[in-house]
Amino acid sequence: MSTAEPGREENMPEGTAGPLLQVDCVTKNFRGLRALSNISFDLMENRILGLIGPNGAGKTTLFDVINGVYAPDAGQVLFKGEKISGRRTYHSARLGLARTHQVVRPLSELSVRENAIVGACFGRKNLRLKEAGPVADEVLEAVGLAPLAAKPAGALNVAQKKRLEMARALASQPYLLLLDEVLAGLNPTEMDAMLHTVRAIRDHGITIIMIEHVMRAIMSVSDHVVVLDHGEMIAQGSPREVAENTKVVEAYLGRPEDAERLQEEV
Amino acid sequence: MALLETKDLTSGYGELQILWGVDLTLEQGILTCMVGSNGVGKTTLLRTVMGLIKPWKGQVLFDGRDVTRLSAHEKASLGLVLVPEGRQLFTDMTVRENLELGANPRRARQKAAKNLERVFDLFPRLKERERQKAGTLSGGEQQMVAVARGIMAEPALLMIDELSLGLSPVLTFSLFRALRLLGNQGYTILLVEQNVHLALKVSDYAYILNEGKVELSGPPTEIQGNDKVRAAYLGI
Repeated sequence: MSTAEPGREENMPEGTAGPLLQVDCVTKNFRGLRALSNISFDLMENRILGLIGPNGAGKTTLFDVINGVYAPDAGQVLFKGEKISGRRTYHSARLGLARTHQVVRPLSELSVRENAIVGACFGRKNLRLKEAGPVADEVLEAVGLAPLAAKPAGALNVAQKKRLEMARALASQPYLLLLDEVLAGLNPTEMDAMLHTVRAIRDHGITIIMIEHVMRAIMSVSDHVVVLDHGEMIAQGSPREVAENTKVVEAYLGRPEDAERLQEEV
Repeated sequence: MALLETKDLTSGYGELQILWGVDLTLEQGILTCMVGSNGVGKTTLLRTVMGLIKPWKGQVLFDGRDVTRLSAHEKASLGLVLVPEGRQLFTDMTVRENLELGANPRRARQKAAKNLERVFDLFPRLKERERQKAGTLSGGEQQMVAVARGIMAEPALLMIDELSLGLSPVLTFSLFRALRLLGNQGYTILLVEQNVHLALKVSDYAYILNEGKVELSGPPTEIQGNDKVRAAYLGI
């Protein structure tokens, strides 16, 4: 990725101090259920934001609102100052927002390289096939899949498929990359290698939001952490700050008072 | 001798490896809890022990016998009973019918009458509602039916997946209280639970599972307050 540094190119506002992404009072309901309640945070360029929370906290729903799968019922999402909430997913892709999915679905019968080419063709610049090739080669190099470029995607193992999922997103030359559980199912060695890759992507100027359950990993890689619980943002701050936050500890481990009361009653 | 042992138990779904070599020892008549954050492999562990997922590697020993390759129904007939996450009741059948179905294994049939009395003692509310369709009960009452159905199966080992999931605090208390009573009556129980405080409070022995491996084990008094517990949930 030495020449294609997708976050550092022409369309980038020069010297602006404003946040790359602003999530502003976002609320999303599914029928009666409040999946997201009044969520607000800013994300500065070139940072890694960890998005954590117990099952059903609303993490993936927040990704869905940020990249346009759902329109929020209230609030808005601004990307580089432009309102993107309520627009379609391809609109945010054009602006430079890419996403990976928890369950990876490569185009199995196409080669690894062709999968990355598809990402480049439907990305920020809408590249023609001829231009997409070199971009694909660069991102495959960046995620360590270059030696497997000619293989059918369906023949990759889990760790390689996760990397291909990232390569497809990176090929769209995004400014902001949303990673949904890219570490799930990896062994400790693969996990360390993936974290190294994530940091390298950030070092090339791409801002990242990661959803992750592997807490040791997310706490080590994130600059800033946002914690959701039952659709509410219960804390944000440095990894250390949120790990010591009482609300966060209780969301994960339960409330000690409940256990005290139980003892009295049994 | 331990009632249930797992050695280097390894499994997952498709290509995804979830368990990375779990060693577990459950003593007869002991209430053991397995706690850990979501996604660490607790449910997968129960499903693998039960035989709903084939182990990739390792062993499951039950009462000294290697049962690793037995199917779920063969294990059920030996007395391994799983109360699954989300309860999985027959919602169009009555409470009573759900309970009677629990007594289907051969070993349980003769004891059905005695066990029914026992579960109505434990959960008087189910006695009041025995003719009601299970689907019309509250979440906590349905969880009571699920646990009661497990007891009707005359379990040698009762495994419960997420007792408190989605329940109000009041019903959570009454279920945990019932669980402790079952422990006192000599049942061997393996409880999988996210709420670490409640689980440690009712259990005799505890395991902390993290990233598909046992992080820590011991009596709850030793586990409580160990920095590794918070680290297992929060990473630091």
